[in-house]
Parts: sequence; C-alpha cells; structure tokens
Amino acid sequence: MADRVVVIGAGPAGLRATEALVRGGLRPILIDEAERPGGQIYRQPPPGASRPAKTLYGFEARKAAALHAIPGRLGEAIDYRPRTLVWNVFERRLDTIGPAGHGAVAFDKLIIASGAMDRVLPFPGWTLPGVFTLGGAQIALKAQGVSIGCRVAFVGAGPLLPLIAHQYAKAGAEIAAVLDVTPFFAKLQNAHLMLAEVRTLAKGFWYVARNSASGLTVRSDVRAFGVEGEKRVRALWWRDPAGREHRVACDAVGASFGLRSETQLADLAGCTFTFDTTARQWLPERDLAGRSSASGIYLAGDGAGIGGADVAELQGERAALALLDDLGRSIDRSRMAEVDRKLARQARFRSALEDAYPYPAHLLDDIADDEIICRCEGITAGTLRATASERDAHEMNRLKAFTRIGMGRCQGRVCGHAAAEILARARGGDIAAVGRLRGNPPIKPVPIAGLP
Amino acid sequence: MTEKLVVDVAVIGGGTAACAAAVALREAGLTVAVLEKRLCGAGASGVNFGGVRQQGRHLAELPLARRARALWDDLNRTLGEDVEFEVSGHIKLARSEADMAELERYAESARAHGLDLTLLGANAIRDELPWLGANVVGASLSPTDGQANPRVVGPAYARLARRLGAEIREFAPVRHAASTGDGFEIEAEGVSTKSRWLVNAAGAGAGLVASWFGECAPVSPLTPNMLVTEPLPYFVSRSIGVCGGDIYVRQIHRGNVIFGGGRGWGDAECGLARPSTEGSLGGMARAIDIVPALAGAHVIRTWSGMDGQMPDHIPVIGFSSTTPQLVHAFGFSGHGFQLGPVIGPIIAELITGGRSTSPLTPFAIERFAGWTETGSWSGGEH
Repeated sequence: MADRVVVIGAGPAGLRATEALVRGGLRPILIDEAERPGGQIYRQPPPGASRPAKTLYGFEARKAAALHAIPGRLGEAIDYRPRTLVWNVFERRLDTIGPAGHGAVAFDKLIIASGAMDRVLPFPGWTLPGVFTLGGAQIALKAQGVSIGCRVAFVGAGPLLPLIAHQYAKAGAEIAAVLDVTPFFAKLQNAHLMLAEVRTLAKGFWYVARNSASGLTVRSDVRAFGVEGEKRVRALWWRDPAGREHRVACDAVGASFGLRSETQLADLAGCTFTFDTTARQWLPERDLAGRSSASGIYLAGDGAGIGGADVAELQGERAALALLDDLGRSIDRSRMAEVDRKLARQARFRSALEDAYPYPAHLLDDIADDEIICRCEGITAGTLRATASERDAHEMNRLKAFTRIGMGRCQGRVCGHAAAEILARARGGDIAAVGRLRGNPPIKPVPIAGLP
Repeated sequence: MTEKLVVDVAVIGGGTAACAAAVALREAGLTVAVLEKRLCGAGASGVNFGGVRQQGRHLAELPLARRARALWDDLNRTLGEDVEFEVSGHIKLARSEADMAELERYAESARAHGLDLTLLGANAIRDELPWLGANVVGASLSPTDGQANPRVVGPAYARLARRLGAEIREFAPVRHAASTGDGFEIEAEGVSTKSRWLVNAAGAGAGLVASWFGECAPVSPLTPNMLVTEPLPYFVSRSIGVCGGDIYVRQIHRGNVIFGGGRGWGDAECGLARPSTEGSLGGMARAIDIVPALAGAHVIRTWSGMDGQMPDHIPVIGFSSTTPQLVHAFGFSGHGFQLGPVIGPIIAELITGGRSTSPLTPFAIERFAGWTETGSWSGGEH
C-alpha cells in the first residue's frame, strides 16, 4: 500500500513540505483551515476580492505569490483539502470537519505545520470592543481590506509592530500612536548579531525609517499602558520610562506581544514537550530536521517554535526530506545540506531578534485584581491569585478545574499564557513549575451539525 | 528520602469517597493518611458528568443514595466552599413503550425506599420540556435529584481532611501493601506508612490492591466519554437521562451544555484515558436525538477519565473477606459521584463500630469469590 502522508497547514512550512514530498514521489494530502493557501502571514483575500500582491505583501510579494501558486501548480499530484479543520489526532488518525461535514483521515506519516497566533496579554481595557491583536488587525487589512478603525493605535513587543503600523499608514488609516513595550537599547545591542540576516534587518529598518518619515515614531520602553472607553475604545494612555503619562484619542487599538505556537495537535499526537525559556511556552521537542519525539510525526514552522515565514519555508522542506529519508526514498542530499546551512544562519538571526524583543514580563507584574484574564468565563486575576493560595491550586490544570480558566471557547489558547504567568507569580515565580493545560480535542470548537 | 508515617488508618486513593472517609475518621478521633497517585479528586471523582441522582440506581444502592442526598443539602457548609449543587430534578426519558413500562416498575420499587418519582406521559413531558425530541414517549421525574460541579467536590474534601489533621500525600502512588498481622505496611512513592487499618479506595486500581490480599475483585476500567458545548441560552432546566443510559445531558446556568454517553479510550495499565472519536460523534448524534436544539451548537471540549467498573455495576463496600481491618470501597461503576459524601461516614462506621447503619450486604466482596471472566452476570445501567 502507498504511504499515506498528510501535511496539516498550507502556510509557508506546509506548502514547502508538500512540494518537497511530491518531488520525492509521494502524493500527500494537504489539509488547511483556510479557503486559500498562504497561512496567516500570506493570507489571501477571499475569492473575488483580489488586490495586487505588492499592495498586500510589500517586500514579500514574490514569496507570497510563489507559495500561493503551489497547490494549483501541483494539481492532481496532491490531495488538497482547504476549509478543513483537523480537530483531533490519535493513533494514526485525524478527525476533520470540512465542507462535507465530519470525516477522518488515516495516515502513516504526518507533518504538522500548524502555525502561530498572537500572544495575548491582558491590560486595562483589553476586552473593550475595538481592541484587536496585531495579527488580527493585519488580517483585517490583508484579507478583508478593512481597517480596524479610523484613528488607530498599536502596542506590541515584536518585529510585527513597525510593519503593521506601516501597512496601516499606507492603507490610509490615521495612526494615533505606536508603542513598543520593550527597550530600544536591546535592539541596538543585538543589531550586529542580526546582520547575519542582512536583508531581513534592512527591511526592518526600512519600515522604521518609512514610519519615521510619515511622522510615525515608535515609542520604546513603554512601562504601562491601558485603553479607555465605555462601550468601545476612546483613548490610549501610557507611561514612558521617565514616568510621564501620555494620552491619545483613538477608536481602535491593535495590541499583542509576540507570537505563540499553536501546539495543540502536536500535544494530541503524543509529542513530548519541554518548556522553552525564551518563548516562555511549552513546545514540542523536535530535532533539527523536524522529527518530533512521536514516531511518524514531523513538526515544521511556527507551530513548534517561532522562527518566522522564511524559516518556516526551510523547515517545511527539511521535514519533508527527513520524512522521505525515513521512508527509505532517495533524496537530494546536497539540497538537504543547503537547507541545513540556511537554517543554521537563520537560527543565529532569530536568537538575536529574540534578545532584541525581550519578553515584556513587567506587564504581568502588576495586573490589577479586577482585570479579566479569561474573557470566555469572566475570570479575573484576583480570582486566580486567591485560588492559587486559598485553594492550593499549584498547577494549571488545578487552576482550570477550580476556576474554569481555559474552559471556554478558546480552551486556553488566548488566556492560558497570562494565567500561567499569574499563577507562577502567585506560587513563587517559577513559570515552568506550574505546568501546562492538558490538551483535549477538539483543538477548536467543532459544530455538532455535519455528523455523518 | 522516604517519609515515614504511622497512623490509625491508611487510605489508598484520594477520590471523593477516600477523602470523605478521611474527614469522617478524623472526626471520630483517628489519625489518617491518604495516599493518592496523582491529585486528590482529579480521577473519576473529578471528570464525571456531575449528576447528583438517586433515580435509576440499582435498588440496593438506593438506601445509600437516599442517605447521601441528605448530605448534599449541607455540602457547601460542610466543605466551606460552593460545589454548585443545584436541585434541578432529574428526568429519565422513555424512548419506547418498553422503556415506559420499565420506568413504571422502577417508580413503584423506588417508592418503597422513600424515593418519590412522578411519571409523565407523552403530553405531560412535552408540557414540561417542549424542546425534547420526537422520539421521547414519556418520562419519570425525580424532583429531589440534581447536579453539582465534580471538579471541586473531591479537592474540597481533601482540603477539609487536611484542615482536620489528616496526612494527605499526592503524587504518592502505592507500590505495595501487606498485612503485618496486627496492621499494615504500605509502600508508596516517597512515603512508607504503618497503619492499624487499611482502606482500599483505589478506583480502577482497586482490583490490584485486593489481589495483594488474595482477594478477587474483577474491576475493569470504565472511561466515560464527556462533551461540553459553548455557552447557549439557558433552557435545559432538568438533568436528563434515558433508559439504557447511552446519553445524559445537563446545562449549567452560565450556559454550557454538558453531555456524555459512550466510551472513551483507556489504557488501564498506565491509568490513561482520553475521549474517543466514536464516543464523541456518537454522543453528539444521540444528544441531538433527544435535544434537537443542540444541532446548532459547537462542542468546545471533550474529555474522559477512568473509573473502576464491577461486572454487576454496583460497588464493593465492606470488610475484606481475607484480611482483618481491611475495608474496601471501590467499583462505583461510573455512578459514584452522588454516593461519595456518604461513603466516608460508612467507612468510619465500619472501622469504629464494626458495622454500618446502611445495608451493605449486596456490596460484599464475597460475591466475586471464584469469579471467572466467563461468569454470568446480568449487567445494565444503574
């Protein structure tokens, strides 16, 4: 019987993996939640709402176009299943829901390229209508061609921040403020290390420069900030390093703090996880080629640790090569060595980038007791702290059992990170010691309708 | 370094029954150690449906369930925290005339135990719950039954036991226990315990514990498959079950509909359980048969856990048949949540007085003497 190989995710990693599998003589199944390929970073507008790639993806237009073309170019050489959510993995079987309803896909080998989402941290006013994540704000612009507001402010801690500000300014939105919660000196200190990836660094400076030219100053090292408004966003305030308070009127805010890997499928597939101190997230273990600890399961792209789109493309191809090699198929070893070299160079750049945008731990140190941490269940920081001490909830699953944190629609994808940070502070500071939420299917809400 | 404990009573297992026993034993003035392999109340006690139900139980269980029900009214005060107990009533649905005849027979038997059930015909049940599916032909209502949050009950008992002075040891799986003639030696991870009495409340692992004392207890793993929807407007005002037990549904006031039926996947060796696709999709299909309005909802989480099930679906509660001062309390077969609070006082009665005020004869371990896998038992859902 032919080897049943499945790739989950049609972003940069999944698409390059699929392409390499076909080159290796396989006919993989490519499953993706979205209607069109590209993942989040190269997300396409819905059919019929096309805009020029240059407008949508800027410098990355050619990369985006090349990736978008892959499923069409491969045609019948792959079994492409868009608009399909894989909601469970267990014992060589995927449970899916798609246009034809509930279904199952058996596999022998699986590449999980599940991507990432914004890391959300709570701040005063974060649940007000008009507050979006940076990724959400970007997708609104890229996929729907709409701005999140007329006068928009952005807050963040990552390289996405100047990019989004630039994209919004170019699209005609008025930018009220751009706040970086990480210190500027960290970026300077690490700039020489980032020279390993000169083009990417140049793009970053270009965005910052363009933003400055348009009167957009990124204010670094913001110590505290919050959104004000009654029924929706009215203003953003912040405190600078000197302790001065500032306030600007705005009607929408984009705010998030780096990315978090979407690791639920790897978890359900039985992969071993370790705590990554830089990402401050539990991540599935993988070797340099993308092999996980679970036999037949390969991990590529941001879903197993944040590396960015270019790294994801390389990791996707590399995981496919490892898979083909494990199947005993002949592979292009010189190409494999080349991919490894490129990945090694990217890793150096990434490490410097991470140091340049250190985790904004200070934002979690003084969250008020009445701040909502879990929007689905309406759980406040005070409830979490009280439960940690009075009811002896010493780890995340106990905290969940006692308070319902992480039991809503997001199942902890949004609130879990902040909850772990708050629990760790309440229990003496060790974030790894509070563990992680046990994964349960479905990884995203599944409609009851559509049963076979 | 291995900790050494010397107590009057050692309890293997940290579920609701075990921790309730620790509370009752402390109140009786005995010293107690609870040895739990993971976290107290996180096994079958914590992952079940949350039904506080007398209706439908095996008649032998009804005296215990009646006595337990009285404890539930005061549980918040007893435990010092809110266990979200709500007397929503429990409705058992008939989907055929044969089901209805079964409900009628049961109502009559239950009355003898002081449990009053109201039979509802096709029209009456539609007046009561107009949103039920077309396949429902009648029902039996137990107005005094209800529901509670299983995740908080067991841990609350554990904390109460600790406040009363019980030694609670979590992540302390018991490797072996043996009789010393006038007591027991129990070896657990990190803890060695000497006790005069031993309570086997080890759930799915209780068969192994019994075997250390030369007793046969055919405990098999039971892994219920549970699901919960996103919050919906509140409408499932009663806890719902069916004849046959293949689907049960309740809704909490914040809107989530919790339902179960079918089996998850389990690995008895490792004590691991997880929901199964068949259990989940089958549960969804059966749920919309009786509550069609759920067809538009999303399931946000599924889960499972592992309980110990006996071949006759009723627990083992009482003295060991081989070993003096050994007390068994296990095999609640998927419906021990409501009984949990009363098992504590019953164990304390056995240890302090040699007998319980509740009739325990049907639960004697002797009934499995000479048990073989091919033994014939009339099963069924209780």
